[in-house]
Amino acid sequence: MSKHTLSVLVENKPGVLTRIAALFSRRGFNIDSLAVGPTEQPDVSRMTIVVEVEGLPLEQVTKQLNKLIEVLKIVELDGPSSVRRELLMVKVKADHDTRGQVLDAVQLFKAKVIDVAPEAVTIEVTGNSAKLKDFLAVLEPFGIRELVQSGMVAIGRGSRSITERTARPAPVPVAQPDPSA
Amino acid sequence: MAADRAADEQGSEEETEMSEQGGAITGAQSLVRSLEHAGVEHIFGIPGGAILPAYDPLMDSKKIRHILVRHEQGAGHAAQGYAAATGKVGVCMATSGPGATNLVTPIADAHMDSVPMVAVTGQVGASMIGTDAFQEADIRGITMPITKHNFLVTDPADIPRTIAEAFHIASTGRPGPVLVDVAKSALQSMTDFDWPSEINLPGYRPVTRPHSKQIREAARMILAAKRPVLYVGGGVIRSRASRELLALAEFTGIPVVTTLMARGAFPDSHPQHLGMPGMHGTVPAVAGLQRSDLMISLGARFDDRVTGNLDSFAPGALVIHADIDPAEIGKNRHVDVPIVGDAREVISELLITLQLESEQGNVGDYEQWVAFCAGLKKRYPLGYDKPSDGSLAPQYVLERLGKIAGPEAIYASGVGQHQMWAAQFIGYERPNTWLNSGGLGTMGYSVPAAMGAKVGRPDATVWSIDGDGCFQMTNQELATCAINDIPIKVALINNEVLGMVRQWQTLFYGERYSNTDLHTGPARRIPDFVKLAEAYGCVGLAVESEDEVDATIEKAMEINDRPVVVDFRVNRDSMVWPMVAAGTSNDDIKYARDMAPQYDEDDL
Repeated sequence: MSKHTLSVLVENKPGVLTRIAALFSRRGFNIDSLAVGPTEQPDVSRMTIVVEVEGLPLEQVTKQLNKLIEVLKIVELDGPSSVRRELLMVKVKADHDTRGQVLDAVQLFKAKVIDVAPEAVTIEVTGNSAKLKDFLAVLEPFGIRELVQSGMVAIGRGSRSITERTARPAPVPVAQPDPSA
Repeated sequence: MAADRAADEQGSEEETEMSEQGGAITGAQSLVRSLEHAGVEHIFGIPGGAILPAYDPLMDSKKIRHILVRHEQGAGHAAQGYAAATGKVGVCMATSGPGATNLVTPIADAHMDSVPMVAVTGQVGASMIGTDAFQEADIRGITMPITKHNFLVTDPADIPRTIAEAFHIASTGRPGPVLVDVAKSALQSMTDFDWPSEINLPGYRPVTRPHSKQIREAARMILAAKRPVLYVGGGVIRSRASRELLALAEFTGIPVVTTLMARGAFPDSHPQHLGMPGMHGTVPAVAGLQRSDLMISLGARFDDRVTGNLDSFAPGALVIHADIDPAEIGKNRHVDVPIVGDAREVISELLITLQLESEQGNVGDYEQWVAFCAGLKKRYPLGYDKPSDGSLAPQYVLERLGKIAGPEAIYASGVGQHQMWAAQFIGYERPNTWLNSGGLGTMGYSVPAAMGAKVGRPDATVWSIDGDGCFQMTNQELATCAINDIPIKVALINNEVLGMVRQWQTLFYGERYSNTDLHTGPARRIPDFVKLAEAYGCVGLAVESEDEVDATIEKAMEINDRPVVVDFRVNRDSMVWPMVAAGTSNDDIKYARDMAPQYDEDDL
C-alpha cells in the first residue's frame, strides 16, 4: 500500500463533493485527506485527494472517478514533480516559564504565532506532512490543547498548468423534433 | 401510492410559492414539452402531490401516452422492459418521497444491466427542501450510487436543458438510468420554453471508436491463437451489434458463448454457439472458456456468476477485453489487449482487419479446437431428468414454450430457477427478445418488464416467465395490463417454493428448508393463481401434466384481447443443472448432481 495524491478538477456544481466521497466509500477506498477549493476558472473546483491504495486499485478508482459526469480531469501528482502543503493550527500550553521554548520552536519551523493568551499560544504552520509531524513532536512535551489541520493541497512544478491542458470537448447537437410530426 | 393523499397536500402555502418570474408557460408544461421533444412516446408512472402539476399538461399531450401502473416499482421495471425490447430510452414517473423510493429497485437494476432509462420524480417545493416536509426524501442523494447521473431541478428555466442532458446521458456511451428530480415549485412557476440546440457536458465524452493500434494488436493475437472463444456480453445487445458479431464469428469460425445478458445476441441454433457460460452455463461454454488460450470479450464484464473463482477462471487464456466503459477493462481480470469502444464499432473494425489479413494469407487455424468444442456439444447437451413421481418437469414447460411461441416472441423472466431454465431451454435467435434482471437479480422484474416490452413492441407476443415467488412481488401490474389493453402472457412456473434458494438448501444446507415453502401447492394453494388472474380481468389457466402443456400454450397464444396467466404446477424438487457452486472453480462444474463431465484430454 502506498499513498497517492490525485488532483481532481470538477465542475463547480452542488452535490459534486458528495458524489466523489460516496464513490470512494462505495468502491471500498479510504480517503486519507481531502481538500476542495476554487481554481482560476470560476466554474471549476479542484480537489486534492490523498488515497492509500495499491497500483491496480488506483487505476480502478481513477477510472470510476472519470465516469462521474462532473469530473473533468484527474492528474496524479507524484512526489518529486510536485509541491504539497498542509496547514496546521495548534494551541499549545505556554506560561511564562515555557513560552520562550515554544517560540524557539516556532522560529525553527518558520511557523507563526497567531494568538497569545496567558496560558497558551496558538501557532500556524504550513508544510508537508513530515514537517508538520516533526513540529508536533517538538510541541508535544509542552502540552497540545487543540489541533486543527487542513487536507493536503498539491501543485505540479514547472510552467505547465493542469487546468490549461483541459481540452474542452465540442458541444453535442441535440435532436430537434420533426416539425411535420 | 400517493395519489389519494394529493388532495390534502394542495395547501395554500404551496400556491403562494409560485414565482413572480414571468414567462409564457408553467414549468410543468415545459417538462411535458421537453419530454415530447426528447421523443418520449410512453411513460409509466403514478401521480402524487409533488409531481401533480406535471400530470395536468400530460393529460393534454398528443404525443405521450401515460400508463398508470399500480406500484412505482412496476413503472420502473416497465420502463426497463420497454427499453430492453426496443433499444429506446424507457421513462418512468413518480411523485416525491415514497413514490421516488419505490423506484429505487428498478433504478439499481437498470444501473447494473446498463438499461437506458430516465426517471422523473417530483420533489417538494424548493423552499421546503431539507425541512422534512411531507413526502420528502432526498432521492437524488439516495440514487447517486445507482444512477449514471442524476439532477435536482429547482429553477424552471433549467427543465428543457436538464431533460435533454438526461436523455443524452442515458442513451449514449454505456447506457444507464438517469434521475431527474423536479421541485414542485419549479413545476408551478412560469417560465419560457427553450429547447437547447446543443449539450455541453465537458466531463462526459464516451469513447465509441476503438483505437486502431489496439484493433491491430487484437487481430494479431486472434490469428496466433489456437483455442480462441468469443465471450459475448450484454454490450453487444445494447450496441445492436448482432449482425456484425455473426459476420465476425462466421468469418473466423471461432466458437461463441453468450452470457445471461447476451442471450439472443448470437443465434442459439448456430453450430458455433456453445451456449451460456457461468454458474448455470452449458458444459461446452464453461469448458470452452476454461480451456481457451484467448478470450475475446465483447461487451462483457467478467461477472462473478460467469467466472466463478477468478484465480482459476480460464487460467491459460490471454484476454482481449473490448468495452465501452474503460472502468470495466481490467476490473476483475488482467487484460492483454484493452479496447475501449462501442461493441459494434469494435467488431466491425476487427472484422475488416482480419479480412485484410486473410487477403495476405494470414488466417487462424482453429480446426482441432472447433472439433473439440463440437465434441463437447455432442457429449454434453443441455438436458434434464423427468421427475420420478410423474409430476411436470419445469424444463419441459420452457422447452415447449420456446418451441410454440418461437424465436419471434419476447421473453421476460423473473429471477431464480425459472430464469435459468428459461435462459437454457428456450432457443433465442435474435437480440432484444430475452429480457431479465441479470446483475441485480430482482425478483418481481418479469410481469412489469413484459408489460413495458409489450407497450414498446405491440405486435410481438410477449411472455412473462415468472416463478411463484417472483410473481407475488409485482403481479398487481396485471391490472394495469388488463385495463390498458396490454395483453401479455404469463407462464407461471409454480413449484410452490422459492426454488433457487431451496436448491441451495438442498445442496449446501443439508436439506433444511428454512422459509422457502410458499404454500402455493395443492395442499393450500394460497393464492389460487387462476382465481387471482381472473380477479384481475385476465384469463387464468392451469396445467398439471405434460399432456396439457402444448394445448394450453396454444390456447394462450390465441388470446389477444386480454392478458393470460398459465399456472404451470411443476415438480418442487427440480434443480438447475449444470452448476458451478458459488466461489468454486469452473473446472468443478457438475453436469448433474454429483456428476462431473469427463473431458477426454487426447481430444485437444
